Amino acid sequence: MSTYRMHLLVCGGTGCQASDSRQLADNLQAQVLMAGMGKEVQVVTTGCFGFCEKGPIVKVLPDNIFYVEVKPADAEEIVSEHVLKGRPVNRLLYVEPGMKERIAEHREMPFYKKQLRIALRNCGFIDPEDINEYISVDGYQALGKVLTEMTPDALLVLMKKSGLRGRGGGGFPTGLKWEAAARNKSDKKYIICNADEGDPGAFMDRSILEGDPHSVLEAMAIAGYATGADCGYIYIRAEYPLAIHRLVIAIGQARQAGLLGENILGTGFSFDIEIKYGAGAFVCGEETALIHSIEGERGEPTNKPPFPAESGLWEKPTCVNNVETFANVPPIILNGPEWFSSIGSEKSKGTKVFALAGKVNNVGLVEVPMGIKLREIIFDIGGGIKDGKKFKSVQTGGPSGGCIPAEHLDTPIDYENLTRIGSMMGSGGMIVLDEDDCMVNVAKFYLEFTCDESCGKCTPCRVGNKRLHEILTRITEGKGTMKDLDNLKELGGIIKDTALCGLGQTSPNPVLSTMKYFWDEYVAHVVDKRCPAGVCTALLSYYVLPDNCIGCTACRRVCPVSCISGEVKKVHEIDQTKCIKCGACQKACKFGAIVRK
Amino acid sequence: MRLVTIRINNTEYTVPEHYTILEAAREAKVNIPTLCHMDLGDLKAVNHVASCRVCMVEVEGRRNLAPSCATKVTDGMTIHTNTPRAVKARRTSVELLLSDHPADCLICEKNRSCDLQKLAADLGVRGNLKYKGAMSTYREDISSKSIHRNLDKCILCRRCETMCNEVQTVGILSAVDRGFETVVSPAFGMPMSETMCTFCGQCVAVCPTAALTEISSLRQVWEAINDPDKFVVVQTAPAVRVALGEEFDMEPGTIVTGKMASALRMMGFDRVFDTDFGADLTIIEEASEFIHRLQHGGRLPILTSCCPAWVKFFEHQFQDLLDIPSTCKSPHEMFGAIAKTYYAEKFNIDPKKMVVVSVMPCLAKKYESARPELTGEGFSNVDYVLTTRELGMMIRESGFNFADLEEGEFDNPLGESTGASVIFGATGGVIEAALRTAYEWLTGETLEQVEFHALRGLEGIREATVKIGDLDVKIGVAHGLGNARKLLEAIRRGEVNYHAIEIMACPGGCVGGGGQPYHHGDAEIIKKRTAAIYREDAGKPKRKSHENLQVMKLYKEFLGEFYGEKAHELLHTHYTAREKI
Repeated sequence: MSTYRMHLLVCGGTGCQASDSRQLADNLQAQVLMAGMGKEVQVVTTGCFGFCEKGPIVKVLPDNIFYVEVKPADAEEIVSEHVLKGRPVNRLLYVEPGMKERIAEHREMPFYKKQLRIALRNCGFIDPEDINEYISVDGYQALGKVLTEMTPDALLVLMKKSGLRGRGGGGFPTGLKWEAAARNKSDKKYIICNADEGDPGAFMDRSILEGDPHSVLEAMAIAGYATGADCGYIYIRAEYPLAIHRLVIAIGQARQAGLLGENILGTGFSFDIEIKYGAGAFVCGEETALIHSIEGERGEPTNKPPFPAESGLWEKPTCVNNVETFANVPPIILNGPEWFSSIGSEKSKGTKVFALAGKVNNVGLVEVPMGIKLREIIFDIGGGIKDGKKFKSVQTGGPSGGCIPAEHLDTPIDYENLTRIGSMMGSGGMIVLDEDDCMVNVAKFYLEFTCDESCGKCTPCRVGNKRLHEILTRITEGKGTMKDLDNLKELGGIIKDTALCGLGQTSPNPVLSTMKYFWDEYVAHVVDKRCPAGVCTALLSYYVLPDNCIGCTACRRVCPVSCISGEVKKVHEIDQTKCIKCGACQKACKFGAIVRK
Repeated sequence: MRLVTIRINNTEYTVPEHYTILEAAREAKVNIPTLCHMDLGDLKAVNHVASCRVCMVEVEGRRNLAPSCATKVTDGMTIHTNTPRAVKARRTSVELLLSDHPADCLICEKNRSCDLQKLAADLGVRGNLKYKGAMSTYREDISSKSIHRNLDKCILCRRCETMCNEVQTVGILSAVDRGFETVVSPAFGMPMSETMCTFCGQCVAVCPTAALTEISSLRQVWEAINDPDKFVVVQTAPAVRVALGEEFDMEPGTIVTGKMASALRMMGFDRVFDTDFGADLTIIEEASEFIHRLQHGGRLPILTSCCPAWVKFFEHQFQDLLDIPSTCKSPHEMFGAIAKTYYAEKFNIDPKKMVVVSVMPCLAKKYESARPELTGEGFSNVDYVLTTRELGMMIRESGFNFADLEEGEFDNPLGESTGASVIFGATGGVIEAALRTAYEWLTGETLEQVEFHALRGLEGIREATVKIGDLDVKIGVAHGLGNARKLLEAIRRGEVNYHAIEIMACPGGCVGGGGQPYHHGDAEIIKKRTAAIYREDAGKPKRKSHENLQVMKLYKEFLGEFYGEKAHELLHTHYTAREKI
């Protein structure tokens, strides 16, 4: 990168591409050429910057200027003003909500200030389609180091010492997992990268594969060396075309460079990688189901033990790690286990990437040290709740996670603490809920997801979750009883206790955690037949406030079921027996005369 | 074998380390209820999906409950099988299954032989279910002649899948769809009649509920019996007489040939005959065909063709080998052909008015009887096939006290049989019977030791070399279609050579057939039936098919030469290559 005096980094992640960043990059390139700066200024399409709320992103190096919400038409001004005249385009700089000043440097942005990027270190920095860019940021050095300077045993010791734990949900120590696979003797072993990211809203694995695919390939080869495997599979959902495209390019380039395939770097170590496409079944993120899917069988979990490290793919010792876990490996090797374990909390080392979403100002991918407080993520990095509303809860850990209330906002986030307060780390989904969200409805939403995605194999998950969902539906329709609440709790507990795989064992979490922290809301639905957040339509009614109604007939005219009566200039009335609670009347009324309660 | 020490309900036990908790508990006589679990021992059929979550137990130090069927013991493991937590979880699993199961037990096919019903009763599930909600509803599949699929009653134990895919390697049944909509189905929801299903019925044999049952011909048979215009002839297969008693709570392996004959006669069948006659006839034809191929350079090995599931299996899977199976019809089809020609002629009965009913341990025979090449001009060889279970039902319906019935006899001339025909019911029996005859015919000597023990047993693939004169005749035996596939593939690759091979689709042979009384996962029952088969053979005065005088008379009076023109016309068939979907 040193031959250019300036770089324009354009986000080429799926989110920004959907907002035309590809055209933007083309326009920038064209403008640079037109300005005759082709040899001095390089336009680079990178992976995701994480700040998806404000995409497409353009970052200018070495000035470190960070442009947000850039449109293809802005290319001309960026080149003519910034590139040619050195004057940053003020209107494209970021403004923090509630502040007036624009912020030019991304380091100064609250969104980035508290982040520490290890897994995402190269995302938004290098061109993921060029292996040389990865190599220029120390890529494949870790692989070189382990192959030439370390024995597999020493590597296992290092990994255990680092304290790295699985980032896909389970949090199992990676070094121990590798060691188990290494200890089992076999003529063939496999490394699998689990890229079957399925939690609603989570996209860190996709971003890593789109923005830094080589880091995963390098780590898989390292894992192969540690465990004695010579064959790797990346199991990735087919809905990730860009990630797949970049992986294919990366694997090709790595083979060409002798960094994958036979006799890597002349060390006698061989390792190659194949991509397997998943059809998007959530349960295939469970490692035994994933393995069966690769084998061509139905993607269903099987009982553990035997663990994959003992009998995995085609009954051979197999090590399954998630994308983010792998992305952490090369820096650990290069910077040492002490460096890594100095970051984070006592039992959870390093950083974690969270996909921040929901009712928060700054939606995006954030990587933070373990042990950071929820409050810091949501209010400092996330910029607080949208539209000045009140924080209610944050749902972490994907559909099997739980809802954490305000009282736990200052809990340091790590594996143990999240589990202790009824949720889990999961793959790092973080959905912020505000006062307008009904917690019963939220629980129902997540349960609907698990019902749809259950593989249907074991009774508690197949039938039990269905029954939980039915009870929740009854409650949101105002037909619930206190007995239903008892049954929810009891059945939820039994499902956790008896389901076959991780999906089923955690699926009642949203219900159980909301019952624990928002019990009053459940009781309001059941006893008072009222939805305090005003979400459950069956429990709502629209009324005319006689004092405000001037009899304009606007509401009467829009009512799709003609349930509003009243003459001009006389107070109108809604027939509750006919009302379908669509809310059209409230929208049509200009005098605030229609209320929902 | 390494041993480990464990504690179950506060008592210490030492067990082999490869044991599951369930195996250890059973050995310790500690009862843990199971539902999806199935282990047919020597028959090598194990369902270890651990899907029902009924056998859950508490293991100290473990976060959640453990499925005892799928959890191996470890040294020092402390297990509690009957804590309130385990019992409640177990009960809840059953209640959840019942919440998606029609509660029509009184009129259900499997009433009194349903594993789910028994489990619910044992666990004291009574009155209102705690959890209720949507029920699965599917269209019933009655497209085939053999298997009735009523998936509303499926509890997804997946035993049928294990039998179909792992044991039989037919691969028709598989779970499809997800979550509550999960259902066991052929690909694309195809009706069974359009699939490669062999109708072996092993799925039915292991189904714990009435999700898979037989297509019944019981009503049609009663109608025929009650129709004064019809002359209804019944024949019973060898494996039926050693299993029917189980329908009346008799000890498995009780031989009830005489009581069965009495019952059939009392029910109103016009003639009560024996498929064993057809089996002796089959041996005459098959041994002749074998000797013919041997002496005229015909293609070897010759494969037996008595088993219709096996026939359909090779028609789909081994189209390139269609010329090696014997062209002999199966014994009951031969019997039907003779009944409607020779017997009808001899006793002046209009064959169009004659109804032949076969009582078989088999579901594939139902399908077979409707094969177009076996439904001749104007009449079929066999009109209706009943299973052993259906016969049990008819006897109960008739109100007979089966155990107290007198020992009856089969009618003649189609009731005579030898020991050779009886052993058709067990794996290896057909080839043993054929050897008894072929040996004497080829050597002209009397065979003194008629029992070929190397051909007996439950090993999936067995082989033996039998010296017949100067010739070393190499015999292969396989039971279970998965074993048959292995053997056939080895032949196709030219790795093995045999002169003759017997194949039976069902594990254990016909005694383990899909139409037999339900064994509920107890493989000992099948072993006891097998033992009874060999006992019956040993007790017969004649033990070689060519000693069956009525069969010889049939050739003399009607068929002419063995393996001759008339025999070909009536007793032989042909095979059709079928699509491999």
